[in-house]
Amino acid sequence: MSDVIKIKRGVDINLVGKAEEEFAAPVSVETAAIKPTDFKGVRFKLSVKEGDEVKAGTPLLYNKDDEAVKFTSPVSGEVAQVVRGAKRKILEVRVLADKKNEFEDFGSADPVALEREQVVEKMAASGCWTFLKQRPYNIVAETSKTPKAIFISGFDSAPLAPDLGVLLDGNEKEFQTGINALAKLTSGQVHLGLNASKPVGRVLSSVKGVKVSKYEGPHPAGLVGVQIAKNDPINKGETVWTINPEHVVIIGRLFLEGKFDARINIAMAGSEVKERKYYATILGAAVKNFIEGNTSDKKNRIISGNVLTGTKIDSEGYLGTYDRQITVIPEGEDPEMFGWLIPKPDKFSISRALPSWFQRQIGNPTYELDTNLHGERRAFVVTGQYEEVFPFDIYPVQLIKAIMTNDIERMENLGIYEVVEEDFALCEVVCTSKIPVQETVRKGLALMKEEVG
Amino acid sequence: MKALHNFVEGKIKPNFEEGAKLEKLWPVYDGLYTFLFVPGHTAHSGAHIRDGIDLKRTMNTVITALIPCLLFGMWNVGYHHYNALGMDVTFFDQFLFGAIKVIPMVIVSYGVGLGIEFLFCVLKGHQIEEGYLVTGMLIPLIMPVDLPLWMLALSVIFAVVIGKEVFGGTGMNIFNPALLARAFAFFAYPTWMSGDKVWINTDVAEGQAVVDGFSGATILGDLATTGATSYSAFEAFLGLIPGSVGETSTLLIIAGAGLLIFTGIGSWKIMLSGVIGGATMGVIFNLVAPYAISPEQQAFMAVPFWQQLIFGGFAFGIVFMATDPVSGSQTEKGKWVYGFLIGFFAIMIRVFNPAYPEGIMLAILFMNTMAPLIDHYVVEANIKKRQKRLELKTAGA
Repeated sequence: MSDVIKIKRGVDINLVGKAEEEFAAPVSVETAAIKPTDFKGVRFKLSVKEGDEVKAGTPLLYNKDDEAVKFTSPVSGEVAQVVRGAKRKILEVRVLADKKNEFEDFGSADPVALEREQVVEKMAASGCWTFLKQRPYNIVAETSKTPKAIFISGFDSAPLAPDLGVLLDGNEKEFQTGINALAKLTSGQVHLGLNASKPVGRVLSSVKGVKVSKYEGPHPAGLVGVQIAKNDPINKGETVWTINPEHVVIIGRLFLEGKFDARINIAMAGSEVKERKYYATILGAAVKNFIEGNTSDKKNRIISGNVLTGTKIDSEGYLGTYDRQITVIPEGEDPEMFGWLIPKPDKFSISRALPSWFQRQIGNPTYELDTNLHGERRAFVVTGQYEEVFPFDIYPVQLIKAIMTNDIERMENLGIYEVVEEDFALCEVVCTSKIPVQETVRKGLALMKEEVG
Repeated sequence: MKALHNFVEGKIKPNFEEGAKLEKLWPVYDGLYTFLFVPGHTAHSGAHIRDGIDLKRTMNTVITALIPCLLFGMWNVGYHHYNALGMDVTFFDQFLFGAIKVIPMVIVSYGVGLGIEFLFCVLKGHQIEEGYLVTGMLIPLIMPVDLPLWMLALSVIFAVVIGKEVFGGTGMNIFNPALLARAFAFFAYPTWMSGDKVWINTDVAEGQAVVDGFSGATILGDLATTGATSYSAFEAFLGLIPGSVGETSTLLIIAGAGLLIFTGIGSWKIMLSGVIGGATMGVIFNLVAPYAISPEQQAFMAVPFWQQLIFGGFAFGIVFMATDPVSGSQTEKGKWVYGFLIGFFAIMIRVFNPAYPEGIMLAILFMNTMAPLIDHYVVEANIKKRQKRLELKTAGA
């Protein structure tokens, strides 16, 4: 069928605490939330106020610049709280779930028989539209655009990531229906990237109407950005959309059953989690019930998402819309005497100046890493480091420097349209100078969006 | 460790915090604290886990790679000193003599250099960065042993202030600071930096005398003036020759190169292409030697090309100076060109211009200025490729 694309530049960081591939007993979801901070490039406007009764699929917020696009409640219940931050920026809209489990009715339909506008309308009204991310800029897809392709990565290569085959199992019909809907949205094809070195599960292997490509190699092989770059890189003026496969399932349910059924499966992983398993839950669920009694007593960091790109939350926090795992690792606030001198074996490094490299040659060690930076922020000194973990045909350091100097033309020339923050996560990890790379890329994307549009 | 940390945090830190008496000296406190402890800073944005490498460990690895050259240099100074006096002394005596000569150079280099770095950091309120740790070790190793310490100090001041701080400090400099120090000394005090008097210490105590027929010239000095040298290639390879303190032993430089290449901290691309560049020029000279304009130059050109690589500071420069990531080429493709041209020009300069037998210094400094240009063309090629992709696309549509 398709040739295997080999990713050479990258690294797998094996951490302690991978989730077993079995489902734990269900955890009740008492509240769920939409976090506007998950969505870039959107100006939010509330459509509800605290105390309002909502059903699953009732709009909580909408996009001021693209009013059809609603951000809907994942559960039925009552709007409990609108959490705001500085300048009254909305941080969370929390919904207290009731037991009634009521859904808004959007009407079922076979997407194959619908016009593009009808698909767009249905998805936008139900909240499913917000799953689509748009490149350039990594923003929520604009309904006015038609992308040249839609890309889906069918595997997650990040540290401690769950197996998507297991997460999606049993949703063949929903997934296929979702793909059929997506096919209406693009002028090109729907691409699906699969792991060449592992079984991918029935859902992904049996789907039709997609262009499959297979990848082999270390992280970031599973990043959709890498898969776009290897298939059909984004040129200036072009638009590509991306979506997670678990969200395709939710879109499928929308067309099959006419409702916004936001059930998803996630993994609990990380060295500080006790019951590391897969859990069935709901989009935007409160993590409290997952964390309580299920983590060690250390001072921990709870991450919605993986350790490379996830968001730090506290035990009262909520699962991010695009995240498929909760990771708990220890905070690393202890200073270490002569830590820069002693070659301790418990640190991960791609540099051979630490024992980590030897460990990886003789075995397959797993690391119990904490959040310590292992050094201080410095100017760029070392060269050639980012390139080792960055499988794009882009000069990463030069691009970062262009962003730092707000040089729009150079950013464009060096390929900023092709990348998003997560593509640089490994660069950030391996950086000797501890440069906040993802934050810098975000800044660059925001500036480009503002200046170029 | 805990007790020491508590003491530092509790008793010392408050003196330097905002509003305290020594507030302005915060960078100094911070520099010393982070030397003792890797701070408990955690990732606040982006990735939650980080690689164990930092700039301190990187610099420390380079210094480790330099230590064999330093120790050998100390012994070599003593060895040549007692040879010049015709005295047969023990290995330990030779080492001790050299150590007494070289250690003050190291102390002056670090003392003056770090002093200026600290001063600038305090003035600018910046953190102290580690760049000078390697520079401070390199400078004494590339100077002749008899250079007066005050000249060394002035060279260091020039290198740090003009070479680095005016550009914004570590990571921002255009030239390799250590080489800039050497270049400054070379042009400011030529009689102390070249000729045949400065490479071997010939201070005589009462009752001692320099042996008859002694020459203190380096191999390159000999070759440039007479076209011949009394040292064998094997001696040159081991390092039993006069020269700057740490540059003589190709063997130990290769050992250092091994560490740098193995850890990935020194670019093997620059080193390899540098050697290829030097060898290429050497071969060219070998071929055109019969057409040289003078007998001395003919003899110099006829030196087997591989010997050119072990004479003088070529090996030291290629391994420890050309690989400086800040002043060198920063793209992987550019590194090949950069290294090759350094090797090529180094041999060319030393043969064509007998006044500058140490061509490697000028070659690296010259290529430092050229490195951004090389990178520009490499990056430009990437940009062109992207534009071409777009043009093809629009043409097809």
